[in-house]
Amino acid sequence: MQQLTNRSKQVSNKEMTLAERIYLPAIAHGMAITIKHFFQKKVTIRYPEVKRYLGPVFRGRHVLKRDADGRERCTACGLCAVACPAEAISMVAEERQKGEEHLYREEKYAAVYEVNMLRCIFCGLCEEACPKQAVYLRHDEFVPVFTERDQVIWGKDLLVEDMNNRYLREAWTKEEAHAQDLKKAAGAISHVEPRAIP
Amino acid sequence: MEDNKPQVIKITFDGIEVEVEPGTTIMQAARRIAEADSSQHHLVPPAMCYYEPLKGSGGKCRACLVKVAQGSAKDTRPMPKLVPSCITQVQDGMVVENVTNPAVLEERKGIVEFLLLNHPLDCPVCDQAGECHLQDFAFEHGSAKTRYEEERRTFEKQDIGPYVQLHMTRCILCYRCVYTADQITDKRVHGVLGRGDAAEIGTYIEKAIDNDFSGNVIDVCPVGALTDKTYRFKNRVWFSKPVDAHCQCDKCSGRVTLWYRGEEVIRVTARKNEWGEVKEFICNTCRFEKKKTSDWVIEGPTKVQRSSVISANKYRADVIKKPDFALKLAASQYKPIDDSRPYITDDQTIRELSIENNNKANQRSLAEKN
Ligand code: SF4
Ligand code: SF4
Ligand code: SF4
Ligand code: FES
Repeated sequence: MQQLTNRSKQVSNKEMTLAERIYLPAIAHGMAITIKHFFQKKVTIRYPEVKRYLGPVFRGRHVLKRDADGRERCTACGLCAVACPAEAISMVAEERQKGEEHLYREEKYAAVYEVNMLRCIFCGLCEEACPKQAVYLRHDEFVPVFTERDQVIWGKDLLVEDMNNRYLREAWTKEEAHAQDLKKAAGAISHVEPRAIP
Repeated sequence: MEDNKPQVIKITFDGIEVEVEPGTTIMQAARRIAEADSSQHHLVPPAMCYYEPLKGSGGKCRACLVKVAQGSAKDTRPMPKLVPSCITQVQDGMVVENVTNPAVLEERKGIVEFLLLNHPLDCPVCDQAGECHLQDFAFEHGSAKTRYEEERRTFEKQDIGPYVQLHMTRCILCYRCVYTADQITDKRVHGVLGRGDAAEIGTYIEKAIDNDFSGNVIDVCPVGALTDKTYRFKNRVWFSKPVDAHCQCDKCSGRVTLWYRGEEVIRVTARKNEWGEVKEFICNTCRFEKKKTSDWVIEGPTKVQRSSVISANKYRADVIKKPDFALKLAASQYKPIDDSRPYITDDQTIRELSIENNNKANQRSLAEKN
C-alpha cells in the first residue's frame, strides 16, 4: 500500500546478529550510560533551600515602587486595573494634602491599592500599562503559599517598596545574577537578604 | 441674480452623495451621513470646539479641517486651503474630501501637535480621562511622539464657584464654556482674558459663578479643564457605571446620567448624544445636590459605545448568560447539603470524625464491590 505520510515506520523482521543475541553488550552499554550519569553533576536542586535563578524577566509578586526621594509613584490612575484581564486590582484614590509632598509624587495617590493574589495570573499586563513606572512584578520573589483567606488580598502594607530594602533589578543575565548573589552571600551588599546559590 | 435658490443642496462628501438644506455646514452634512448609516461614523471630521447646540461655536481649534476639491457646481475650482468644516456652509455641487485625502490626515496630525504644545501629560491624574475628546482626537489622529522641548505654560488650579474647578493648564481655548455661559445662563461672569499664547479662561475679578446652570460648563468642556469638584478624584470614569435616570425638576428637564460606584452615586451629568454633545442642560441642584438613588427614577443603563473604555469590565446580562446545558448539568449534580450538622472546631473530634467517615466510605466501597 502507498504510504500517506512519512511518519509511519516499516517494521523489519530481520534476523538478529550474534552480538545482539547474546544480550550482554547491550546491557554493558546501558550500564555505562547509567554509571556516566551517576558521576555527573546533578541537574536537580534542593528547593527550597536552594533556589534557581529565574531570569531577569520572571514575573513574581507585585511591588509598588517609590521614586528616588522615597515618594510613592502610583497616582491611582486605574490603568493597571483596567488592563488586568483577571480583574485582580482595585484602588481608591485620594487627593494629596499640603505637607504630604514628600510622601506622594503626584497630586493624587492611591489611598488603598489591593491586589487579589488568588485572581492574579501574573501576566504582567499591569506592569506594562502603568504610565508612572509604579507597579512591577518582582523577578526574585514569589507570592508565598497562603493558608488563610485574609492572606490572599495584598494591600499597600505588603506592596509598597521598603526604602531600606529596595527592589532594584541590576542583574540582567545569569552571570550577573550569580556575581550579585555571591556578593550578597559574602555580605558585600548588606541591605538585601542573601540567597543561596545553586 | 437668480433668487430661485434650490431648496436642497447636493454635496459629495468622501464619495458619498447627500442632500441637505441650504445653510448647513459641511460638518453637519457629514453627521447626517453617519446618522443615516452608522457604519460611516468614522467619516465625520473630529470636532474639539464646535458644539452643535451652542450658537456661534466652532472655528477655533481647526481639528475639523477638510479639503474642498470642488467649490460648487458653478465654480468647480478647489478651495486653495483646507477649510474648517464646522463653520463652512455647503454649496450645491460641492465635493469634500476628508479621510480620502491624505493631506487632510497629515494636517490633522499637525493640529494635534499644536493642541498638545502646552498640554500637560496629566491624564493619569485628570478626571476627564476616559471621556476626553482630546485623548480621542490625539489617539485617532495624532502621532505617538512629541517634538516639543520647551517649557510648557502652567497655571495654578483655580476654583470657579463652589462646584467647578478650572485647570487652565489643560484648557485648549475652545470657547465652548464661554458660549454656554453666554447663551444658557443669563449673566456671563467668565470669559477669555488675554490674547494669543497668554489667553486664558478667567472669571472677571474672581467673581464666583452662582448661576443655576453654571455646572453645564463641566459637560461642554471637551477636556479636563473644567471639572466637577464634588467628583474630584472619586473614581476613574471606566470604573463607574452610567445609568440613565430622571426626576421632577422645575428648573430643568431633569433627564440625567447617574454614575455609580457600587451602590453610591458619585456623579451626575447631563446626557450626551453620539457626538458627545449635551442637548438638554441640567441645573446645579440636579447635578450637585441629588446624589442619592432615591432622588431619581432609574430608566436603565446608558448605552456606551463598545469602543469606549467606559464599557471595559462591564458585562451585559445577555452576554454572560450561562448555556442551558451547564445549568441543567449543575442542577442534576446538585446535592443538598445537610446544614443542620453541628459546627465542630475541636481538632480531636474532627480527627475522630474523619476516621469514622473514612471507615464508612471504605465499607461502602467494599460492599459495592461484593
Ligand atoms: S499580573 Fe496580570 S493578572 Fe496579575 S494583577 Fe497584574 S495584570 Fe492582573
Ligand atoms: S500602579 Fe501605575 S497603572 Fe496602576 S494605578 Fe498606580 S500609576 Fe496607575
Ligand atoms: S484633558 Fe484629556 S488629554 Fe488633557 S490631561 Fe485630561 S484626560 Fe488627558
Ligand atoms: S471643530 Fe471646527 S474648528 Fe474646532
